[in-house]
Amino acid sequence: MSATSKSPWILHYDASSCNGCDIEVLACLTPLYDAERFGVINTGDPKQADILLITGSVNDQNKNVVKQLYDQMPEPKVVVAVGICACNGGIFRECYNILGGVDTVIPVDVYVPGCAARPESIIDGIVKGVGVLEERRAAMKEGRK
Amino acid sequence: MSNWMLLCFALVFVVLAPFAGCLLAGVDRKISARMQGRQGPPIAQPWYDVRKLMAKESNAPNRFQDFYVACYLIWIVITGAMFFAGMDLLLVLFTLTLGEVFLALAAYCSGSPFAQVGAQREIYVAMAYEPMVLIMAIGFYLFMGGDDGGSFRVIDIAQSSEMAIVPMLGIFVGFVVILTMKLRKSPFDLSMSHHAHQDIVRGVATEFSGKTYAMMEVSHWYENIMLLGMVALFFQNGGWTGFVLGIVVAILVYLLEIWLDNGFARMKWQTAIKTGWVAALILGLGNIAVLLVMA
Repeated sequence: MSATSKSPWILHYDASSCNGCDIEVLACLTPLYDAERFGVINTGDPKQADILLITGSVNDQNKNVVKQLYDQMPEPKVVVAVGICACNGGIFRECYNILGGVDTVIPVDVYVPGCAARPESIIDGIVKGVGVLEERRAAMKEGRK
Repeated sequence: MSNWMLLCFALVFVVLAPFAGCLLAGVDRKISARMQGRQGPPIAQPWYDVRKLMAKESNAPNRFQDFYVACYLIWIVITGAMFFAGMDLLLVLFTLTLGEVFLALAAYCSGSPFAQVGAQREIYVAMAYEPMVLIMAIGFYLFMGGDDGGSFRVIDIAQSSEMAIVPMLGIFVGFVVILTMKLRKSPFDLSMSHHAHQDIVRGVATEFSGKTYAMMEVSHWYENIMLLGMVALFFQNGGWTGFVLGIVVAILVYLLEIWLDNGFARMKWQTAIKTGWVAALILGLGNIAVLLVMA
């Protein structure tokens, strides 16, 4: 395991979520789950983040924000969609202002279903994301050689 | 002590300080986590973080930022090396300030408003702690005998037969007060907190990513060890007792800073300036007056 897997820093963005999943994301950092045990830091800075954690379905107002946050993150990076709304739009799928899941705007690597997604499944999603992150880092290293 | 010996001390600092600083940062995070009722990351977490940051893609907003951050790192290393080589304390403090200015410049040179505000706060905080730092140097000079044979040289202070803490207690307390600002601990971490969840994102470091950010972290490791060295300087009496006591007190002071960090919310820059200047005026200048009367 390289250092990349031991220090996944997370950027959490709420794209029109009902805040249900957001509360669960924050619950991951509380003493009960303590995601920092695995080196996870909930950073607010896209330039220093490795994993983009998005809750809620994307709409016309914030699709550019989501794109910009994704572009600002340096490689290797991974996107984790948390909650059913972020996966495919959920119950808001047919709304006139909703584009659908996060994958309509940026490529998503891990889908964490649930309404709201439980902290256990969010941590599981992050661990899966770390696996993808590790592959990307290895690929980057190969590319450099 | 021969010049070769002093050069060896400087080299030991340059080589070992990052490891000691990394360990200190790891222990800091562990103790902070325990204070919050969490298990916390492994002790080597800061080392993993820096290794990871080194492997990241670099995307600096312009070509000057990395240069300024590199200057910050270099000047902090030079400052620490000069301090542990026993050179002039005033020179050490001035080069330390130069390093800080490079960090502020690195933040100013990007277009990010968060970094700009962070840089302004960095300068405000420097304004708050700088008087006390200079008074500390003057205090050591007076302690060493003032105009009749006094010295600013760190090695002379370290080898004096009595501990500086006794006549310089006020200055020591004042220095511990401003150390919170120098170590960027809450309540005075307003230019850049340890976590990027604050009013100005990550403040000074908002635009730093990958290697640039790793360089800044390593600079902090060097800087923290040097600052704790300054704390230990108050206890040197040229022997082992002073050496051991200095290290013990430096660790205790750092524990106090961790406790403060976890116990306080961030305060405004006005409070930082008031605290820094009140400490400098009452504890610092008061102690200077006592030293002058005693001389």
